[in-house]
Amino acid sequence: MTARIGVVTFPGSLDDRDTQRAIRVAGAEPVALWHKDKDLKQVDAVVLCGGFSYGDYLRAGAIARFSPVMEPLLEQAKAGLPVLGICNGFQILAEAHLLPGTMLRNNHLHFICRDQKLRVENAETSWTTDYTAGQEIHIPLKNNDGQYVADAYTLDQLEAEGRVAFRYLDFNPNGSQRDIAGVTNEAGNVVGLMPHPEHAVEPLIGTGRTDGLPFFTSILKKLVNA
Amino acid sequence: MSRTPLDTVEHAAATPDVELPWAELGLKKDEYERVVEILGRRPTGAELAMYSVMWSEHCSYKSSKVHLRQFGEKAPQSDAMLVGIGENAGVVDVGQGYAVTFKVESHNHPSYVEPYQGAATGVGGIVRDIIAMGARPVAVVDPLRFGAADHPDTKRVLPGVVAGIGGYGNCLGLPNIGGEVVFDACYQGNPLVNAGAIGVMRHEDIHLAKASGAGNKVILYGARTGGDGIGGASILASETFDDAKPSKRPAVQVGDPFQEKLLIECTLEAFAEKLVVGIQDLGAAGLSCATSELASNGSGGMRVTLDDVPLRDSTLSPEEILMSESQERMCAVVEPEKVDRFLEICEKWDVIATVIGEVTDGDRLEIYWHGGKIVDVDPRTVAHEGPVYERPYARPSWQDELQADDANKLPRPATAEELKDQVLKLVGSPNQASKSWITSQYDHFVQGNTVLAQPEDSGMIRIDEETGLGVAIATDGNGRYAKLDPYHGAQLALAEAYRNVATTGAKPLAVSDCLNFGSPEDPAVMWQFAEAVRGLADACQQLGTPVTGGNVSLYNQTGEAAIHPTPVVAVLGVIDDVARRTPVAFQEEGQLLYLLGDTREEFGGSAWSQVVHDHLGGLPPKVDLERERLLAEILISASRDGMIDSAHDLSDGGLIQAVVESALLGEKGARLIVPDGLDAFTFLFSESAGRAIVAVPRSEEVRFNDMCGARGLPVTRIGVVDGDTVDVQGEFALPLTELREAHESTIPALLK
Repeated sequence: MTARIGVVTFPGSLDDRDTQRAIRVAGAEPVALWHKDKDLKQVDAVVLCGGFSYGDYLRAGAIARFSPVMEPLLEQAKAGLPVLGICNGFQILAEAHLLPGTMLRNNHLHFICRDQKLRVENAETSWTTDYTAGQEIHIPLKNNDGQYVADAYTLDQLEAEGRVAFRYLDFNPNGSQRDIAGVTNEAGNVVGLMPHPEHAVEPLIGTGRTDGLPFFTSILKKLVNA
Repeated sequence: MSRTPLDTVEHAAATPDVELPWAELGLKKDEYERVVEILGRRPTGAELAMYSVMWSEHCSYKSSKVHLRQFGEKAPQSDAMLVGIGENAGVVDVGQGYAVTFKVESHNHPSYVEPYQGAATGVGGIVRDIIAMGARPVAVVDPLRFGAADHPDTKRVLPGVVAGIGGYGNCLGLPNIGGEVVFDACYQGNPLVNAGAIGVMRHEDIHLAKASGAGNKVILYGARTGGDGIGGASILASETFDDAKPSKRPAVQVGDPFQEKLLIECTLEAFAEKLVVGIQDLGAAGLSCATSELASNGSGGMRVTLDDVPLRDSTLSPEEILMSESQERMCAVVEPEKVDRFLEICEKWDVIATVIGEVTDGDRLEIYWHGGKIVDVDPRTVAHEGPVYERPYARPSWQDELQADDANKLPRPATAEELKDQVLKLVGSPNQASKSWITSQYDHFVQGNTVLAQPEDSGMIRIDEETGLGVAIATDGNGRYAKLDPYHGAQLALAEAYRNVATTGAKPLAVSDCLNFGSPEDPAVMWQFAEAVRGLADACQQLGTPVTGGNVSLYNQTGEAAIHPTPVVAVLGVIDDVARRTPVAFQEEGQLLYLLGDTREEFGGSAWSQVVHDHLGGLPPKVDLERERLLAEILISASRDGMIDSAHDLSDGGLIQAVVESALLGEKGARLIVPDGLDAFTFLFSESAGRAIVAVPRSEEVRFNDMCGARGLPVTRIGVVDGDTVDVQGEFALPLTELREAHESTIPALLK
């Protein structure tokens, strides 16, 4: 058996097809979800992919967060449904308060696209068990609004609870506080990050590395073994 | 324009003496008289608006047409051509049932006036051309040229243009995989912002811009029509900038990439359900262009009710609605029984769609406003039968003197130390320096099919996941070469793009071009243009790569000073399996470096002559197209059969520039030996065409040499991939760290 993983398309989503491909490459079955869907088609997990939902004309993710699909998603995520937010998806999860903090415009005020080195800080979330804690990986990063910020109390709490999932290494590409690239919720089923693991799943494509594939194999194993 | 009473066709016929502002709209007196002759009466205000934009240089190609015909007349026989010149973009067969459409266009003038929006809408326009052919856009490329790197205005124009391209393209989800950035003082008041796009479809999905079938509905969909970009085509793109005129800012359009993304998805969904008979995007000349082109390419006429056009500004006059260049709009022709489904898809994507007219069985384009007929024309006279000029042209008086000023006679470095310093100066000069400050503002990864992106020799996109079928694209142009000799300069641009595609392992198939020149009213510029077109057409014929379409941008001139003639050539190639692609970066230490081709003392127009001597004179490198073809065949075979692990084309900056780039990208140095019969200076800096360097694994050495020998391609072993320096033996060694600093710090320092 395999797992069915939903990928939500909002108006302005860009990486929906790529994310579906990454899910396929990992051996799971991608299921297309539309932002106006009122149910999640009984998927086992959901990915909110990257893009510029609603053009990011308001704060990134601020409008998508109110899409009909977000209602069942919020409810089920709180009950343990694994959810991964990549880039704009992370921004939407933050706007929906499933994850703490928010993303501001990059501190250098430019869009940035690069092969980014990260350290996996938490290899126990639903999406990271195929990594080892402390592992260094390269994942493409591409965004305009990637500067992670939260108040000091929240940051300290995240650190104390091991909820900083990924940290930028060698170079902080956007001014994120404490080099935070991704975080998880307390239960470890909801993870958000700015870099794009779905663009690092095939050896020939993009940066030529497959360092992003464990996101999708981790969740597949978890769901199949469950 | 007065609208009281409404200037209907009837009213125009009854009031022949009314003066119309044809001159303000950019028409010449004889052109206006021609309109009157065609109509048999004075035009209405709306008709005048349509003729003026459609007969502008930008839309009608009136100065260039007589020369561009050569691309068709000399087109080589090619089985790959599915759709040729004249449609929104050419279409090429790439095998396995796939077709690829690609095109390069200019958005030069708007990008100078308003860099961000000018460049952004340039991307938007070319992408709509691609969708209009029925294809899903898969990549964009941006050949850019700016004034001097250290000029204060470059700091205004360049960051805006780059942010605009990124802001629009990134938001559309299109990987930016190639292009160029060139600085030269000649582009100071006239930056060149060319934008290219590639799209992929199945053969059966090709769509054309024509309105056929009486009763079929004409649907305008996408953004509402506003007051932006009015007269952009006629006034902005077709006249020389002149300081004395008021600001032209309002004539530049404003882009909304989110709307365009919705337009892409919505259009592709309609195509997939086979709902569309004909389609046209709204770009330059807006509705005037879309309605007249759709109607003139189809079998019938068309009737349009302008009152039904959704407006952003309810005070717009009909003339303004017809001329508006508001972005993100398309026009589709749909059979009546499919209209409901078409509108449903638009609604799904929150795209406004409105039936504004229908195809008629007559042959007239009729447009109504408030119940009155304000346009009644033969659409062909608007779209296709505009004026054609045989502009006078003459070889400029200064050309001989320029060519006589031989760059080969410039003082050369006398010592190894001087040679080393000049290498550092070259690789750190703005034109030769790394452009990653710019390209890192573009998304290369989106869509998950990018195999190669800049700074590779060509961008490469996988189009079939199962078979690995892919396409490659390279764009090149060298205004300095073309200034010295426009005929051969254009051929060198083609040769370089062709070579760049082959260097990555793809087979060159077809060409698109963007021809950027000064004012056609200057016989010297017209001569440059005529020579460049003749050169390009001849070379395409010889290389077997037909021109599928392109764009001409004239009037790139401020006062008397024209830009260097700058034909930018895009070559599209196909590769059966992207796994066989060859990258620029050195892969493994110990691999042998070979130089393919002949190196001569050729420094005219070279980067060295510019960087070290600020000189432009002499003749550009010799063109040998048969050699280019042989070199390409060798590179493609070697790539396919696994004989080479990296390859880099040699062009501006010569061999040393290529070696440094391959070394820095691969983080591996090289030991180079100056071959017998060459001096170190010529070896490193010559810009002889028809050359490449390749890195060959030792196990492949014999096989590779045998292949080159058997095919008659000169091959010279020049060294080995090794260490962390670029070491030219007997001359100097430069550490990679020092080269990297020189190569990568220039652009950020200039633009910070």
